[in-house]
Amino acid sequence: MSVVVKIPTQLRSASGGEAETVLDGATVQEVLDGLFERFEELRARISDDDGSLRRFVNVYLAGEDIRFLDGLQTPVKDGAELTILPAVAGG
Amino acid sequence: MAVSHLQCKECKAEYPLEALYVCEQCFGPLEVVYDHSRTSRDLGELRRRIQGGPQNIWRYADFLPLAGGPPGPSGRLASRVGLPAGCTPLIRADRLAERLGLREVWVKNDAANPTHSFKDRVVSVAVTRARELGFETIACASTGNLANSVAAHGAALGMDSYVFIPADLEEQKVLATGIYGTNLVGVDGSYDDVNRLCTELCAEREWAFVNINLRPYYAEGSKTLAFEIAEQLGWELPDRCIVPIASGSLFTKIARGFEEWLELGLLEGDLPSMNGAQAEGCSPVASAYAAGHDVCRPVKPSTIAKSLAIGNPADGPYALDLARRTGGGVDAVSDDEIRAGIKLLAETTGVFTETAGGVTTAVLAKLAARGEIDPDERVVLVITGEGLKTLDAVRGSFETRTIAPTVEAFEAGVSRPVSV
Repeated sequence: MSVVVKIPTQLRSASGGEAETVLDGATVQEVLDGLFERFEELRARISDDDGSLRRFVNVYLAGEDIRFLDGLQTPVKDGAELTILPAVAGG
Repeated sequence: MAVSHLQCKECKAEYPLEALYVCEQCFGPLEVVYDHSRTSRDLGELRRRIQGGPQNIWRYADFLPLAGGPPGPSGRLASRVGLPAGCTPLIRADRLAERLGLREVWVKNDAANPTHSFKDRVVSVAVTRARELGFETIACASTGNLANSVAAHGAALGMDSYVFIPADLEEQKVLATGIYGTNLVGVDGSYDDVNRLCTELCAEREWAFVNINLRPYYAEGSKTLAFEIAEQLGWELPDRCIVPIASGSLFTKIARGFEEWLELGLLEGDLPSMNGAQAEGCSPVASAYAAGHDVCRPVKPSTIAKSLAIGNPADGPYALDLARRTGGGVDAVSDDEIRAGIKLLAETTGVFTETAGGVTTAVLAKLAARGEIDPDERVVLVITGEGLKTLDAVRGSFETRTIAPTVEAFEAGVSRPVSV
């Protein structure tokens, strides 16, 4: 499955300035693993030591928060869009 | 001014005082840090300076994140610049206290702000900081009250504004936004969808989104509620505050305001017990509190308290921590309890609040009924918005008798008291 991952401005210093990148994977976890392989520095910025997402990181699959789906185990479809965003906005 | 820098609340990384809100290292929220080493330790002088300031939030400019101080001419004239917020009434609510078996209850009526909610405090600060930073356009993601305030501040200051709201918002809140001539955008989705959209837009536009890229400054405005409460109580702290929780920013920043004044010695004693109030139809913080969790699981809101309908609260973890360390709590109430809360407050204090205030009042009633409030406590109920903005919530809650304009008709038709 080929997925477009959108990288927020705050993380682009760790992605060589890339705003989005295309990765393969069958689940959100696999896509993120691919992302961390491509941009190693991103791993520590958005994941905790145990591999889960940091608490102020939101990940959306086609606009839906993955916590309303199956979290990191959510399957992804070919051509889907995965968006990483800070959770500290709003209110 | 005492404002020093931005700092990540999680990893403590430091950042300059720019339009930044997220830590690049750990994605934690950024917060304003002050250096009060040059603030006067002569408490009498400090108090006199505050009391001699304008009748609005700029009297607390020493504790707000503006590089150049309050807007406009110095001193009292500053109160005439823009759309001044704050200095709202703190009312002693003896009839409400009596009804609930309590001794001392105060109502902080923040509906008495220019656009009738506490949001004018945070927007005043954010917009003034946005001007300092050179922005020409202000924007926000809103559940309604913020929309009113951003649109009005844009009009008052002559700045362009873009306001994003869920398309199904209360009509009163939509009308009271569009009238100011803003660019009003209804989004087909929940507030959390609006917030996500605006977070994405924020990276694409040179706009000051008051509650996104200006959020560290914006949030500081809520501290002025604490400052006012303390000043109005004669430089004393309440024992307990009941505050509504949407994102958790207001709840945590009221406590931060008290803490800052405690650190400076302007106040003595302990931080009040902080009780958060949510609607059952959107209670991610109350649910996490009850379950003993330290993070919130997002929810899809379904409640009449639309101004509190944030399913993914940014400051949830901090709100949980605050409630626990102050001996407070976070409770949720049903839509029927919210309606009853609006009525209770109106009938006992003469203050007509919106649904969020119904939530807060209902939680106070719930705590009192559970015996969790010592009758000797001094309790402050923070009422954040105006009842005229959520009229649907009270429609049908009473009956009007229509009679012919004669004494006989009155005697015949209204000899009994009108009741529900």
